[in-house]
Amino acid sequence: MTPALDVQNLSKTFGGGTSFFGKAQPAVHAVRSTSFQVLKGETLGIVGESGCGKSTLARMLVGLLPPSEGKIVIKGQDLSGMVGNAAAFGRVIQYVFQDPISSLNPRKTVRQIMEAPLIHLMGMDAAARKARIDELFDAVNLRREFLDRYPHEFSGGQAQRIGIARALAASPQIIVLDEPVSALDVSVQAQVLNLLDELRTAFDLTYLFISHDLAVVEAVSDRIAVLYFGAVVEVGMADEVFANPRHPYTQLLASSAPAVGRPLMPATDGSAELPDPFNPPPGCAFADRCIRVQKECRGTVPQLGHDGLEHQSACFHPIENGRRER
Amino acid sequence: MRGYILKRLFSIIPVLLGLTIIVFLIMTLIPGDPATAILGSYATPENVAKLNRDLGLDKSIVEQYFIWLSNMLQGDFGRSYSLNRPVLDEVLERFSATLILSGTALVLCTLWGVLIGIWTAARQYGWTDKILTFIVLIGISIPSFWLGLLLILLFAVQLRWLPASGMYAIYGGGGLLDLAKHLLLPSLTLSVVATGVIARLTRSAMLEVLRQDFIRTGRAKGVPERQILYRHAFKAALVTIIPVIGVQAGFVLGGAVYIETVFQWPGVGRMLVQAISQRDILLVQGGVVIVAACYVLFNLLADIAQSWLDPRVKT
Amino acid sequence: MNMEALKSALALLFRNRLAGFGAVVLSVVVLVVLAAPLLPIHHPDLTNPANRLLRPFSTNHLLGTDHLGRDLLSRLIWGTRLSLVVGISASIIAAAVGAFIGIVAGFFGGRTDNLIMRGVDMLMAFPYILLALAIVAVLGPGLINALYAVAVVNIPFFARNIRGVTVGIAHREFVDAARLSGMGSWRIIWSEILPNVLPVIVIAISTTVGWMILETAGLSFLGLGSQPPQADLGSMLGEGRKLLINAPHASVVPGVMIFVIVMSVNLLGDGVRDALDPRLRSGALARPAPVTRIDRETVPEKIESNALLDVQNLHTHFEVGERVYKAAGGVDLRVDPGECLGIIGESGSGKSVTALSLLGLVASPPGVIKAGSVRLDGKDLLSTNFETLRSIRGSRISYIFQDPLATLHPLYTIGDQMIEAIRCHRPVSKKEAMTKAIQLLEKVQIPNPKARIGSYPHEMSGGMRQRVGIAMALANEPEIIIADEPTTALDVTVQAQILALLSDLRRQRDLALIFITHDFGVVAQLCDRVAVMYAGKIVEVGPTEEILAHPAHPYTMRLIDCVPELGGGKRKLSAIAGLPPAVDRLPDGCAFAPRCDRAEEDCRLGTLATTPAGTSRSVRCLHPSLEQI
Repeated sequence: MTPALDVQNLSKTFGGGTSFFGKAQPAVHAVRSTSFQVLKGETLGIVGESGCGKSTLARMLVGLLPPSEGKIVIKGQDLSGMVGNAAAFGRVIQYVFQDPISSLNPRKTVRQIMEAPLIHLMGMDAAARKARIDELFDAVNLRREFLDRYPHEFSGGQAQRIGIARALAASPQIIVLDEPVSALDVSVQAQVLNLLDELRTAFDLTYLFISHDLAVVEAVSDRIAVLYFGAVVEVGMADEVFANPRHPYTQLLASSAPAVGRPLMPATDGSAELPDPFNPPPGCAFADRCIRVQKECRGTVPQLGHDGLEHQSACFHPIENGRRER
Repeated sequence: MRGYILKRLFSIIPVLLGLTIIVFLIMTLIPGDPATAILGSYATPENVAKLNRDLGLDKSIVEQYFIWLSNMLQGDFGRSYSLNRPVLDEVLERFSATLILSGTALVLCTLWGVLIGIWTAARQYGWTDKILTFIVLIGISIPSFWLGLLLILLFAVQLRWLPASGMYAIYGGGGLLDLAKHLLLPSLTLSVVATGVIARLTRSAMLEVLRQDFIRTGRAKGVPERQILYRHAFKAALVTIIPVIGVQAGFVLGGAVYIETVFQWPGVGRMLVQAISQRDILLVQGGVVIVAACYVLFNLLADIAQSWLDPRVKT
Repeated sequence: MNMEALKSALALLFRNRLAGFGAVVLSVVVLVVLAAPLLPIHHPDLTNPANRLLRPFSTNHLLGTDHLGRDLLSRLIWGTRLSLVVGISASIIAAAVGAFIGIVAGFFGGRTDNLIMRGVDMLMAFPYILLALAIVAVLGPGLINALYAVAVVNIPFFARNIRGVTVGIAHREFVDAARLSGMGSWRIIWSEILPNVLPVIVIAISTTVGWMILETAGLSFLGLGSQPPQADLGSMLGEGRKLLINAPHASVVPGVMIFVIVMSVNLLGDGVRDALDPRLRSGALARPAPVTRIDRETVPEKIESNALLDVQNLHTHFEVGERVYKAAGGVDLRVDPGECLGIIGESGSGKSVTALSLLGLVASPPGVIKAGSVRLDGKDLLSTNFETLRSIRGSRISYIFQDPLATLHPLYTIGDQMIEAIRCHRPVSKKEAMTKAIQLLEKVQIPNPKARIGSYPHEMSGGMRQRVGIAMALANEPEIIIADEPTTALDVTVQAQILALLSDLRRQRDLALIFITHDFGVVAQLCDRVAVMYAGKIVEVGPTEEILAHPAHPYTMRLIDCVPELGGGKRKLSAIAGLPPAVDRLPDGCAFAPRCDRAEEDCRLGTLATTPAGTSRSVRCLHPSLEQI
């Protein structure tokens, strides 16, 4: 089965190069050589904390940010060289933003916002656009009279539906959902999540669901990739990754999530911080926080296997049976 | 901190270079032939050609620029043909008078502007605020050159309290008190507009800061209100006030042109106006370069003050 | 632009009386000068040496004549015409060119931005008028040249201003969205950036046009602008100056005119700015008072209890224009010594407002405490004077806020801020306070506290900053700490540490803790009792374990169902249909009734009181689920 999206050794470095006087500038490796595949029709969840590079990754995948290295292959075609050609990306892969209100231009009506991709990506005439917008609005359960209103008149949940309808407009195969519900209240977020699930079946979509909320990711994903310090450290089936973590970081994440019926962890001392991004350690980025750390962890960076479809972790000493060790 | 100052010092070099390029370009764009302007329209073509060669005007623009620049760096700004003396001597003499005038005005407007700004912010929507805000608005709306005339009319002509013009009395003047008497009206006039601008900005910066979350934190800690106002809010507001004082220094230096004309102050501004009407290009060039360079240095000081105040600037 | 927004902006403009006054004066001036050719006045350049230097109010010459016997009134009207045209044209040229440069630099960023802004910086390196002088020196004196000079000099100001705003907008998500919709850069500038920058351009024009009129008048005054016999206001003033002593009216008349024009332009400009600046529209630019405004008709009767903190019927409203947002609409709370009370609710439920109201920290305007009492050991804090309240703030009751980067002062070291917190309440030396501060940092497990005490907040990570926030709250050994979503901005792994730390500290010190959150997991792990808020009211309160196991209020029940729990695998999640009501138009009866599947007719009538449910719980519902209690 060919994957809908095949990401090969994708990386992004900010800064770097040399200054006007030839001095080397500091560089930040926001995303380190990352490879994964998303199968057609599945939802791949991507979790990570702030600074793990998940937003940078998402922006590269939709063509908003040129990657430093690597390939983005969609339907057998490498798109990584076509950044800036939004049409090349826009018709196959689209994006739903974290902040629903901020992603809508406050000075345009919803209809004007919805028409943009239909005009510029699809080249539709006025009648076709009207029909398509009506169809999309029905799909996301919004009333058509909303079309002539301005974004500030909508609640967060409604605005996010408009954002989803806009992403669907150009009939993409893949949608990158970048924290689509984290700005919403818990009683509303399920409305959006359930809608997304219905749309996936109805339009035969493939999702990349990026979030910091482990429980939400687990509830919507088929498979999950865990990101730490710009690289995937663990990937596997959704019901396995947190229930039976292999990488010590995944285990830390899973046990940190506040949950009813679980006592607080003992307060460890406050040294647990991300490594300095300008001066990353030579070995595993998690080594300083890891209880299982050994000598080789500090020398070389552990790698993930390449097909990325089974449950794997980038760790020299993975946890054999996470359930029991917790 | 020291590293930052050094970095900023180096960074003004391109600014100064750019400034000389702009001045040079503007002056070479002047229509007409400087040699003809100097020698008069009856000069023989041979004499004009000779003078052009002497002035280096037969060379390419780039060469001319570098010759002009290197002469300037050695202190040679050329000779003013209208005054028949070295430009540098004239400019430096005049510039010290301008510095006294605009320096005094800058101190006045900073003090008053900041004070009024804090007062009005602390009493927002009260009567003090309304009255002072209105006076400030009058201050920034009044043409300074007209205000100067009115003050002369009142204090020099009608009341005869203060001298109407000049820097020192012609006979028997020269002391510090004499200077102060002559300085009072022009420096006040010059500071009025800048006082208004600084006061308005200080007020809005204070109000902006007072709404920040860290002010609420200070109050939640139980910090007394005076301390909130003068320690927490004012320090944070200074971050926006200091650059504006830097910009106002430019307005004051430039505004001196009017005030020096009105009060016959022997400064560089009045010299420039005269030089322009007499088309004394070298004198204009020299005057503009030196005043602008001084302004760049002042802004450098403002930047350093800023970085000393705000630790986030350095990173 | 949206018609509705335009209308409200105009209404706001004319609500401002000074701006309206400016607009009226300016329109009169403009009408008169437009009608100049039609008015029965002398020709402005007609000389009459016999009538030179007539005083104002002479026959036939209302404002008198100048040194050549020309009618001053006529010259004033024609001169005003000229000055206005030149000043306004200069502003429009400067605004158009400056805005274009600013938008291009701000939108494209990178090298383009660098190059353009370096050039702008060079121009700004000249003292303002000096550059105009240099330009006039090149072009030669003349009114049109003065216009160009003033316009050029002002371009950098517009460019800088507009660039700053553009950078902010270009990074907004809707610009990315436009790119993904297949729009090119110039189209994005035209249809996404420009409409959002336009109000700023209008503000910039309206606040600088007065300046430009002054500047051109100034150049003319120096003799570098309009040339005789043509005269604008500046050159009239320049001519009048020579006759200052003999005929002061010749300089007073044009001067007054310049002043009147510039003043009315500035008044109007300020009005335009206030009307277009959205922050002013909500009244948010007002300075918050040290204490929330308290406007109570009665103080609730004291109820005897051994509670440490007892809140009764607390109403905190936000009064914005005509609207009243009832953010807290009758909150009752009780905190016992050493207990941890969680307040849970969604955004807009009033939980933070309640927390801030306890010590009068709600920003006011627009906040007002309309009713209720907050009793600490039986004494009502809302009735005390400011000095007493201040002495309680940070000593007996202290706060921990959500985002420590915004809530710590950016320009003081954390040491200074902690020392200040200590010395506000205790007369100790700086040195003693410093020792105490270092001990506190140790208590909150900040590694190497002696070195970190000299750090600024921006030099620390989010977790470290929040530890500082906690240390500061502990500084004066308070009895109660109110923590307002202290871990919401933090990552889960850091959040777990902060929660554990808070839990340990409160047990060690027997502290009472009021913990505001939206996360049931956090409440379950930390709090003894929990109060659930909805639309400004507490709908259910009781011991955490009991409420989580057997919620009585339908809202609590449904909300718990919405929270996905880790370990459940892929599944459909439950949601609550509809939205919480806006707190400025609350429905009658139960605020949750429109979304509730147990609601009946009586739920939509009157006001609902809380009723006890079992021994330790109470619930605000007519049809609660009480089977398990």
